[in-house]
Amino acid sequence: MSDAAVRSNAHIEGYPYDREALRAELRTLDQVPGVAKRDPILTVDRIERRFGGMTAVNVAHLEVPRGAITALIGPNGAGKTTFFNLITGFDQPSNGQKLIGGGDARWSFNGKDLRRTGASQAARAGMVRTFQLTKALSRMTVLENMLIGANNQPGENIFVGLIPPLWKARERENVERAKDLLARFKLDAKINDMAGDLSGGQKKLLEMARALMSNPAMIMLDEPMAGVNPALTQSLLDHIQALRDDGTTVLFVEHDMHMVRHISDWVVVMAQGEVIAEGLPEEVMTSQAVVDAYLGAHHDKDLGDDDALNTGFMRAIATEIADEVEEETR
Amino acid sequence: MNFWFELLQNILQIAISPTTAAFVLAAIGLNVHFGFTGLMNMGQAGFMLVGAYGFGVSVSYFGLGFWAAIAVAVGAAVVFAIILGIPTLKLRGDYLAIVTIAAAEVIRMVVKLAVLQDITGGPSGIPGNKYRPVFTELSPLPDGKTTILGITYANTGVDDWWTRIVAWGLVALFLLITWLLIRSPWGRVLKGIREDEDAVRSLGKSSYAYKLQALILGGIMGAFGGVVMALPAAMQPDSMGRPMTFNLWMIVLLGGAATIFGPLLGSILFFVVRLLLTSLAGEFIPSSLLNTQQTEQLAWVLIGLALILLVVFRPQGVLGNKKELSFNV
Amino acid sequence: MTRTTAITVSTKRPLGVALLLTLLLALFLGVFTASPAHAVECVPDAATGCVQGVIKTGAGDPAAGIKLTLKGDGESQSVETDAEGRWAFAITAAGTYSVSVEKSSLPEGQFFKSADTREVEAQLNSQASALFPLTDNEAEASGGETSTTGKGEAASSSSADSFSWPRFWQQFVSGIRMGLLISLASLGLSLIFGTTGLSNFAHGEMVTLGGLLAALFMGLTGNLWIAGLLAVVASAAFGWAQDKVLWKPLRKRRLSLMQLMIVSIGLSITMQYLFQFFWGSGVIRIDKSTPATWTFFGVTLTVQSYIAMGISLLAIIGVGLGLMYTRFGRATRAISDNPALARASGIDVDRVINIVWIIGAGLAGLAGVFLGLVFNGLNWFTGGQLLLMFFAAVTLGGLGTAFGAFIGSMLIGMMVELTNIWLPGDLKYATALLLLILILLVRPQGIFGRKERIG
Repeated sequence: MSDAAVRSNAHIEGYPYDREALRAELRTLDQVPGVAKRDPILTVDRIERRFGGMTAVNVAHLEVPRGAITALIGPNGAGKTTFFNLITGFDQPSNGQKLIGGGDARWSFNGKDLRRTGASQAARAGMVRTFQLTKALSRMTVLENMLIGANNQPGENIFVGLIPPLWKARERENVERAKDLLARFKLDAKINDMAGDLSGGQKKLLEMARALMSNPAMIMLDEPMAGVNPALTQSLLDHIQALRDDGTTVLFVEHDMHMVRHISDWVVVMAQGEVIAEGLPEEVMTSQAVVDAYLGAHHDKDLGDDDALNTGFMRAIATEIADEVEEETR
Repeated sequence: MNFWFELLQNILQIAISPTTAAFVLAAIGLNVHFGFTGLMNMGQAGFMLVGAYGFGVSVSYFGLGFWAAIAVAVGAAVVFAIILGIPTLKLRGDYLAIVTIAAAEVIRMVVKLAVLQDITGGPSGIPGNKYRPVFTELSPLPDGKTTILGITYANTGVDDWWTRIVAWGLVALFLLITWLLIRSPWGRVLKGIREDEDAVRSLGKSSYAYKLQALILGGIMGAFGGVVMALPAAMQPDSMGRPMTFNLWMIVLLGGAATIFGPLLGSILFFVVRLLLTSLAGEFIPSSLLNTQQTEQLAWVLIGLALILLVVFRPQGVLGNKKELSFNV
Repeated sequence: MTRTTAITVSTKRPLGVALLLTLLLALFLGVFTASPAHAVECVPDAATGCVQGVIKTGAGDPAAGIKLTLKGDGESQSVETDAEGRWAFAITAAGTYSVSVEKSSLPEGQFFKSADTREVEAQLNSQASALFPLTDNEAEASGGETSTTGKGEAASSSSADSFSWPRFWQQFVSGIRMGLLISLASLGLSLIFGTTGLSNFAHGEMVTLGGLLAALFMGLTGNLWIAGLLAVVASAAFGWAQDKVLWKPLRKRRLSLMQLMIVSIGLSITMQYLFQFFWGSGVIRIDKSTPATWTFFGVTLTVQSYIAMGISLLAIIGVGLGLMYTRFGRATRAISDNPALARASGIDVDRVINIVWIIGAGLAGLAGVFLGLVFNGLNWFTGGQLLLMFFAAVTLGGLGTAFGAFIGSMLIGMMVELTNIWLPGDLKYATALLLLILILLVRPQGIFGRKERIG
């Protein structure tokens, strides 16, 4: 916690996203699905995805506030990951624009229309995502993984790549940046290891660090806590908050309600493919629609899993807080 | 003793022959496809065919000069790669395998069409003397013959030192290019695609464009392989069919996919071992038991078995590193 | 089977066998590289070259029973054209040969349009062709002089074809026949792909094996039914053994699908050359007697073709019903859908896959037997050459769906035989492959595949 606090105190001048101010602003909004934000970074209109007869996603309107940590929650099968895939170009909406004709789905990021862009262009527009199942490039080193995340390397052009002097300087800068990031994520000791040899939690961290190599305007984390050793969760949370404090918008999917409550500024709830509620974390979770949605899913065995995870998670927080208290008193 | 001396000389001859070089060139291209990018190109022989005929037809039918004909060969390989790549590179790997093998067969069938007899020579192909002169006239070597290590060839002629110099020069050039590219950020993205395409896309690289570039680059190398293959001999559609592609796979896997020198080592090993097998069998097994044709057939059986054993027990090949294996798990 | 004359068309064959209104192939002579599975076929290799062609009557029908003689290189060979008008000589030395047609063997009312003797330049490992166009118009006929195969003549030969409804009908039925035979093989390919994910490049060789074994058993027993049955049983046993000895251990070693695919390529090479080693590279005929034909609604096919089509259809329906209604069929589909889930729900995945191999290999063997009968012979590469047709069929229908494989096969079979009406004969396989590429461009999941499968 202290790490993040220091960062936010020593903040760059002119940084508009003071957490308290942002929260105060969000508090003034109507807590209804599809409510308009003052400065949305991502706006989604009428996006629909059907698999066979089943509608996985059907979102009428959604705005994601700039500079905030927005959590996307919902019971299993609510369509959260599919929604992520649609937005980032990894899947196409059923009502998407086709070569000829097509539907009226539209979404824009940072004022840029993304309807017809693929996954790589979405990422270059500044919207970088991670995956539920980590996608570390296993047979490449940690450093190579990081360097591939940079998007300013001219040597990635085949002709420039043939002439090292044209790209070596940028490479050195990127290596420095990668080392900084890895140090921040405490992976600097592993820099020359094969990414496949890292533990599951380290892979998550690496994936996040890699996504940051390109200085994205928004980072989208798909279940950043899933499969992570509880001892690591607190530092992950810190990293996410630090990102926000540095000006990166964060949108994340999570099952873990405590984490959601702990770090998010705004919460979007999905169920059966639709956005059923939006609001401040402390309020939306108790709204009737959300309770119903989760109760509907209560028969799923998943909730039990979540509980088990949460207990461990709570214990981890408790120890962390105890440690911090100790440090402060020292 | 004479037998052994001759065998040694034969080995040397085959190791430096333009055909071996042609295989190395095409195998370097296949290695760019498969070893570094993970593309299952089962039609590398098609690229060779396209290159060889692009060159041969330009000279023999359209009367172009050497450099223009080479440009046509390269252009044909690029077009072939784009036609193959656009529909398949967005799909799962085995689609590319099926489409490339099918396209290579289609090209071979078309080239063999008797309707095209005037242009491609139909099934019998184009005789070497119709296109070779534009190449031999570039030779700076003096007339006459030269003997190196007991091997004598004409300086410039049909099966000559000039062809060998150019062929192995090309091998050196392409090895240098792959070495430079694989160590470049471009090569890093290729490796990333081989590992996990979605991860690379999520980082803002158009994996499609990179795969297409790799397909084109490897295809051009294949096309040069085809040209080099045809220069000392005649152009034959059936000499660049499916067995050729499979041999190239054998070579790449033998030498070690995803290594720079794997294709070179693989080709030389492939040819030398085959020569050893057939020569030794020819010398020591009486022809009443095995005639030449049967020896040849058994050599092929062994090649097939070796391919299986290689893929199962040493997929990284002779030079490869198991950690950087190019088979996706 | 002697190696010098790859085609041993019996001279005892009654000359009275009239012109058969069989396959009306495009009038394209000479090159049969793309057309496997025909009786008269010479396969060029390092030690063999081929001189070959097709003779058709002025009406465009194949001319059977015409005698040809090849002279040169100090030797002389004679052959007769088969039911499809094909002839071929295998030569063992490159050089100039002269091919002449015996005028007396021409069908009644047929005359040489240009020459009765041609000089051909033949090379090893390649094919040379000679044209003997016939005409039924005596005014068009030439005296029958000698001529060297000119380039122009070869090029002009393919334009003689034309469309007619009876011909379309004949080709249509041939297409059904081809489609059914392809179905037999591609069903197995599809089932194996569905349950194991393997693109089996050795499937063509399983087809060849069936045909070759049938020829072997025919020699031993003399009864075609018994020989065919034994060949299918032996093929199925081979499928069982293949899975037990090779594929199951490899699955246990967790080889990637790409590795498995390359293993199948290695197996394919091994088997092809083993076939050559044991059976030679010439054409093997299962039934050496002259096939009887039967005209039915204006379509003339051999009786064996009709029987083959009937049995194929029954076998395909049987497998289809089995997949839909038996416990094994449901298990197979469950594994295709989700192997992990299938395993978790108590299905013995290895056992099901083993049975799939047995059925797939048995069907492939049956296809080989029928191919050998329908096209009057087969060689070591018959299945290998058709392999891409199987792949095209399976991909067309949608990878891994059995019904899709059947529909895809029928479409490919039609395509192969019908395009023959308009295009040169050696392009008939090329068009099917082009169709495959186009389909992947427009609808990569195939006709019946689900999009999610492409992954």
